[in-house]
Amino acid sequence: MSPIEPKHHIVGQSVPRRDGIGHVTGQTVYVDDISFPDMLHLKMVRSPIHHGRIRSIDFSEAEKVPGFVRVLTHADVPKNIYTILCLIGVGPDEEPVLAVDKVLYKGEPIAAIVAETEAAATEAVSRVRLDLEELPAVFDVEEALKPDAPVLKHWGTNYFVYEGHHCRRVRLGDVEKGFAEADVIVEEVYNTSPIEHAPTETTACVAKPEPNGRYTVYTNTQALFFTLDNTALILQIPFNKLHFVGGTVGGGFGGKVDVITEPIATLAAMKTGRPVKYRYTREEEMRVSSTRSAWRMYFKDGVMKDGRIIARKVISYADSGAYNRHTPYAVTKHAANVAGPYAIPNVYIDAYCVYTNRQPASAMRGFGVTPASFAIECQMDKIAQTIGMDPWEIRFINAYRNGDIKPHQKVVEDATLIEVMQAAARLVGHPLPERLMQMNSWDREKA
Amino acid sequence: MTSRIVAFNLNGRDVEVIVKPLTTLQAVLREQLHYTATKAGCRQGGCGTCTVLVDGEPMLSCILPVEDIAGRRVVTLEGITPAEGLHPIQQAFFDHYAIQCGYCSPGMIMVIKALLDRNPNPTREEVMDAIAGNVCRCTGYEPIIQAAQAAGRQLSAR
Repeated sequence: MSPIEPKHHIVGQSVPRRDGIGHVTGQTVYVDDISFPDMLHLKMVRSPIHHGRIRSIDFSEAEKVPGFVRVLTHADVPKNIYTILCLIGVGPDEEPVLAVDKVLYKGEPIAAIVAETEAAATEAVSRVRLDLEELPAVFDVEEALKPDAPVLKHWGTNYFVYEGHHCRRVRLGDVEKGFAEADVIVEEVYNTSPIEHAPTETTACVAKPEPNGRYTVYTNTQALFFTLDNTALILQIPFNKLHFVGGTVGGGFGGKVDVITEPIATLAAMKTGRPVKYRYTREEEMRVSSTRSAWRMYFKDGVMKDGRIIARKVISYADSGAYNRHTPYAVTKHAANVAGPYAIPNVYIDAYCVYTNRQPASAMRGFGVTPASFAIECQMDKIAQTIGMDPWEIRFINAYRNGDIKPHQKVVEDATLIEVMQAAARLVGHPLPERLMQMNSWDREKA
Repeated sequence: MTSRIVAFNLNGRDVEVIVKPLTTLQAVLREQLHYTATKAGCRQGGCGTCTVLVDGEPMLSCILPVEDIAGRRVVTLEGITPAEGLHPIQQAFFDHYAIQCGYCSPGMIMVIKALLDRNPNPTREEVMDAIAGNVCRCTGYEPIIQAAQAAGRQLSAR
């Protein structure tokens, strides 16, 4: 047994869900269940092209649609910039709430139309005439880093700048020396697709003016106070003018953590003096809302015949899409984790946050670590196969122990990989050699 | 587009609504009558969250013009919830953790109600077939299948 002897009162027990009765009777209130008699609806005019300059916008036909109330453009937004990253200390802020003179992805919001009904808003949006000059677009991370790629960012590159560097870098030991000493070199490239969270409930909010001059905002955000702060900063109003009401989220998975609908809906409520609902259609949820980044990861490992990995070099590219959102943060987490839960003495990691003309990527379960885990564990199997070793054994041999140094210079204090693998082997009925069952995360056995 | 009056029976109660052509049953339930247990996941007939029973058959209320169900009997999740306690399917969903975010649950429960009404002891495959049009993004479906079979056993033992 491991030195951890669990004595849990809740873990391992089935506890009735506090919200369960509401869910099975349909009485749980989700944001789209909230409506008010004089409520308006907001719909976005979106870019039909992947990359372009906005020459002009003609709203004259849209304004004739019965039920049209008003249009909002970038000129109406007090601070027309999403401030997600400044609140977590990762700059720069670069995504406009509403496009100013250019669009960087298909579906980018250009103007908001507020109307008496959702149908009228949709109809009015369809009658807006956009005069756009289409520009070359780029959809691949490595293509975007080539010198002749269209430049998407005002700072002149298609990558996020980490403290003056072109990527997030992690260095431990001397990776080239490790490769020179290794018996075998194992190389592979791993790709993951962008993934839409596809919650069954689409992103939505309702912003309602109150008689006391405040605004109540009902929302299915996963980050209520973060969203309140961002909305106040964008609207340049004191935080105490906003009352945010969260509640049950009909599926989020990271897809409802970006602050996208609330600022513009609240602005619409301020400008019209009426409650405003802004809810994504399923198409918007799939095509416009943030996704998990697509990743490309190049692995090169130096391995000894006894199974020890003595050097690992990883070059990773995250496709952030057109804007940052949370991807720069995900790349940092990725860089810290892409060597895996393994003790490797020589590590070299370059992780790039790259911009393309795809819909923005952002948070999704694991924040850049899930694609890393996929690549790492595929690579572990490939190494095992290459040197003819059991795939369980290679992981036991390399698993980091408490006291080991991780590539980003942190001491391991919470290693449990060996114990987890032993428990997993027992659960699936996979017999492991006694030698592996005797290992633990506290003592490294002598080789 | 001239509006007209459509009459139907909702959860045992006769109702009349004034609707424009092609107004969906979902819009009538949620936005006119404020029966919000019926959820709206895609509004294009793709996810099953809006399922209600029309004369006992599961139907997607988001693509069903309310004029097409004039004179018929509509049952929503509100309509199967007893005055006290829970319907056996609701109880089984609660007991088996067949709910997570809860958004697909109303549609799932209505589909399973229709299944158990005609087949109280469905096989695992029959349950899977019945819920094939209903998307759940949280549970992985397994607890829902178990809840459906448990509810079937409970109902047929009565």
